[in-house]
Amino acid sequence: MEELNALFQGFSVALTPFNVGLMLLGVTLGVIIGVLPGLGGANGVAILLPLTFTMPPTSAIIMLSSIYWGALFGGAITSILFNIPGEPWSVATTFDGYPMAQQGRAGEAMTGAFTSSFVGALVAVSLFTFIAPLIASFALQFGPPEFFSVYLLTFSSFVGTGKGNPFKIIASMMVGFALAAVGIDIVTGQLRLTFGFTELLSGFNFLVAVIGLFGIGEILLSMEEGLSFSGHGAGINPRIVLQTWAKLPRYWATSIRSCIIGVWMGIIPGGATPASFLSYGVARKMSRDGAKFGSGQLEGVVAPETAAHAAGTSALLPMIMLGIPGSPTAAVLLGGLLIWGLQPGPLLFVEQKDFVWGLIASMYLGNIAGLIVVMTAVPLFAAILRIPFPIIAPVIVVISAIGAYTVKNNILDVWMMVVFGVIGYVFKKLGYPLAPMVLALVLGDAAESSFRQSMLISQGDLRVFFSNWLVGGITGLSLFMLLWPQISAGLARLRTPAPAPR
Amino acid sequence: MKQPPTDHAAARTVVVELVVAVITFSFGALVVYGSAQLGASWGADGPQSGYFPFYIGLLICISSAGIFVPALLKLKSDRSVFVTTGQLKRVMVILLPTTAYAVGVQWIGIYVSSAVFVALFMKFLGKYSWLRSVVVGSTVSISAFVLFELWFKIPLPKGPFERMIGY
Amino acid sequence: MRIQRILTCSAVAFAATLAGPATAWEPTKTVEFIIPAGTGGGADQMARFTQGVVAKYNLMKQSIVPINKSGGAGAEGFLDVKASKGDAHKIIITLSNLFTTPLATGVPFNWKDLTPVAMLALDNFVLWVNAEDPYKSPTEYIAAAKKAGPNQFKMAGTGSKQEDQIITVAIEKATGVKFTYVPFKGGGEVATQLVGKHVNSTVNNPIEAVAQWRAGKLRPLCVFDGNRMPYKDKVTDTLSWNDIPTCKEAGIPVEYTMLRGIFMPAGVPQDVVDFYVELFKKVRATPDWRKLMADGAFNQTFMAGKEYVDWVAKAEILHRDLMKEAGFLAKK
Repeated sequence: MEELNALFQGFSVALTPFNVGLMLLGVTLGVIIGVLPGLGGANGVAILLPLTFTMPPTSAIIMLSSIYWGALFGGAITSILFNIPGEPWSVATTFDGYPMAQQGRAGEAMTGAFTSSFVGALVAVSLFTFIAPLIASFALQFGPPEFFSVYLLTFSSFVGTGKGNPFKIIASMMVGFALAAVGIDIVTGQLRLTFGFTELLSGFNFLVAVIGLFGIGEILLSMEEGLSFSGHGAGINPRIVLQTWAKLPRYWATSIRSCIIGVWMGIIPGGATPASFLSYGVARKMSRDGAKFGSGQLEGVVAPETAAHAAGTSALLPMIMLGIPGSPTAAVLLGGLLIWGLQPGPLLFVEQKDFVWGLIASMYLGNIAGLIVVMTAVPLFAAILRIPFPIIAPVIVVISAIGAYTVKNNILDVWMMVVFGVIGYVFKKLGYPLAPMVLALVLGDAAESSFRQSMLISQGDLRVFFSNWLVGGITGLSLFMLLWPQISAGLARLRTPAPAPR
Repeated sequence: MKQPPTDHAAARTVVVELVVAVITFSFGALVVYGSAQLGASWGADGPQSGYFPFYIGLLICISSAGIFVPALLKLKSDRSVFVTTGQLKRVMVILLPTTAYAVGVQWIGIYVSSAVFVALFMKFLGKYSWLRSVVVGSTVSISAFVLFELWFKIPLPKGPFERMIGY
Repeated sequence: MRIQRILTCSAVAFAATLAGPATAWEPTKTVEFIIPAGTGGGADQMARFTQGVVAKYNLMKQSIVPINKSGGAGAEGFLDVKASKGDAHKIIITLSNLFTTPLATGVPFNWKDLTPVAMLALDNFVLWVNAEDPYKSPTEYIAAAKKAGPNQFKMAGTGSKQEDQIITVAIEKATGVKFTYVPFKGGGEVATQLVGKHVNSTVNNPIEAVAQWRAGKLRPLCVFDGNRMPYKDKVTDTLSWNDIPTCKEAGIPVEYTMLRGIFMPAGVPQDVVDFYVELFKKVRATPDWRKLMADGAFNQTFMAGKEYVDWVAKAEILHRDLMKEAGFLAKK
């Protein structure tokens, strides 16, 4: 196999002591960046980019991509411990990860999250190794109608499973959409819903909203019950890691599904954040324990983490093969390639063999290094939970405030965080679900612009969403997903023995 | 819910429900108004800027009404408690300092406010000694400073104190 | 905010008196480099590149820190610099959104609220089509678009009512053809849409599409600069940037380049401006910078002082006229 030879060549490039040192440094920095909410992989890579000027390009990309792997791993940590997503793609991890921590199963949740991240990455890198050109051409199939159908799929995977007052679900989701619409409208370049306030022109950032709604909201709820986080402080020992690993194979179906979703979303490129939501939504609909999702199911951590890491990893593929960034981090790496004098694109594989295969080899090694770093640190992270509430609560507020600020370097966002914290507290107590609001905030803008781009292309003809097998297939699948509860209920009725015939 | 005998209801769920529904309704109405100004029709080449927000706002109004009406009908009968005075007090104990902290970030920078916030919180809620509170507070601030300002080169909001030491 | 500003001013004044009038001004703390665009875009690349070059060649004692403030089509970044009057440790890199954003959105800022420092380069625009399409020259392409009828051909570009759409409208005015303009978020995405044949043409910057050109997926038809690009090294097997005709000589009388320039807050003393002009002259002299310019086929015009101010003033009038004709001005 030609690829295997090239890969071994790549390993020999990547496995110099200097490169391994950079890899470990990158992963560690990445984990720190991942833990800090607001500070994302893209910031981390951008900050260190200028340092790489004096390095050979291969070493440079190994260090920078390792930061990215570290950030992909690290995002889950604060999501699980404090309900504060460290990265956008770990929002869905909070849904089941935080309840697990409340039940004293933080170690299990983190082990599950890290391991599934690793599995997702591994699958994505293997595909990268063997069929890169094939899957890269897949990305070219995606125009605006296809993107819209993917967003529709993500929404429909979430809708219809929520319990509770339907008015509250709708209100929550629509408030999310409305907030997402504030700011510049990319299709017409007009300012929307800013009512003349220049403070509003950059709109509402979903990460700030999430830090407030989930993180600060949770602190307010905990305070109400007294000075403690409930259920925290359970001990962790190496046995938990092994026990969790023994449990994980049970979720093989979810794992495979999440890998497919993740790789697919990474390539087209839809990004790791929508991938994690889609994967969680699909798992909840498809799993036998779907109804219990949200109450601390390990499967509910496996699904988003696998997909996020698979998507984050495969997002590098369209970047290298086509020069389109699959994620904000990939966008910065792309800038890096240009600065180092490399041209991303179809010829990179031919002209810069050492660089490309060195990178691919480092993707295997970097993720292994990442897994080792975060797994050894699990007891350390769990120990954070033993810090008394009067110390940890203000520290979380401080970290959240820094996070909210660093998202857009805007002081107003610190205020927004406090306001969203109060909204999160009140909404949670009144039974408004927060997940639909967050989902709408994340995807609302992208979904709307891809819809309107499609309308521009088709001159206002809605049939564009069924114009070829690809877009038609995904649109059809979303409608199927939307109706899945009814369909599965129907199937269940068929399966149960019918009352004795007349 | 466990309620100590001295704990009174600060607000009934129904009342809060009504207030929130009114707020979301006004928000929806504002969105509808703003979108209508932008143009909310389906133009020659697809929807205009205000098209989606217009209907989103409308849906917010409708669902708020759908929450408001049943709550109004239960206004007399439903006595369930949203928050007791004791709980509200505890929530305020963190919410007010957090708000003060946000003000501090704006005026005296994030590092000094963080140190003060953590230290005071520990002292008055955790009943730790002054020494311990101040040490932890400054440690948090200094580590943040080293991490963001020195290593990552991300400037956070700063105030007169940082300027004095040359940042 | 007011207090902060006064304190900054006095700090600057204090530093200035310490240094004395004889020695030239130098930054006394980290310089913030505002980027009114997101991470990964052309302006972002250039700013981070500058940061790296300054550090690599030790061109300045203090370091430069790039900060992205992309909200509201860059308005956020410009408003921040406008509000930092007298701050000698803040510079901003511009795109055409320096002119287009206030005109299109009515957000209150203007280049006159800032101090012009220097023009680093001008970014070129090239008319691209998919290499599998038969059009070999811009006139062939325009003729085909005309024949297909109004709105049938799609032009993809970055953003709305910004440079790409302005060029599209200028082509329409010059030739009488009518495109459907489809806005996307970034230049890379635009190029991919063209490779995937979801649109018919783009006006990508050279650097955004060069990889696809080299791979034989896209074909450049003409460049919107007044003269051909000077780079004669072969980019593909047979062609160099210099082989691409100007649109004007190929029959589309449209000229447009985008400013990559440096501004800083108003109310800074002249020696501060001089420092930054000298700094960027040094940056431009490095081999790294020259390579970036060649890779991205930039127009390497450099200007500072009055010449630059005049250029910016002229460019503003040009944008106002173009946008007025296109009906892009914000309703007052």
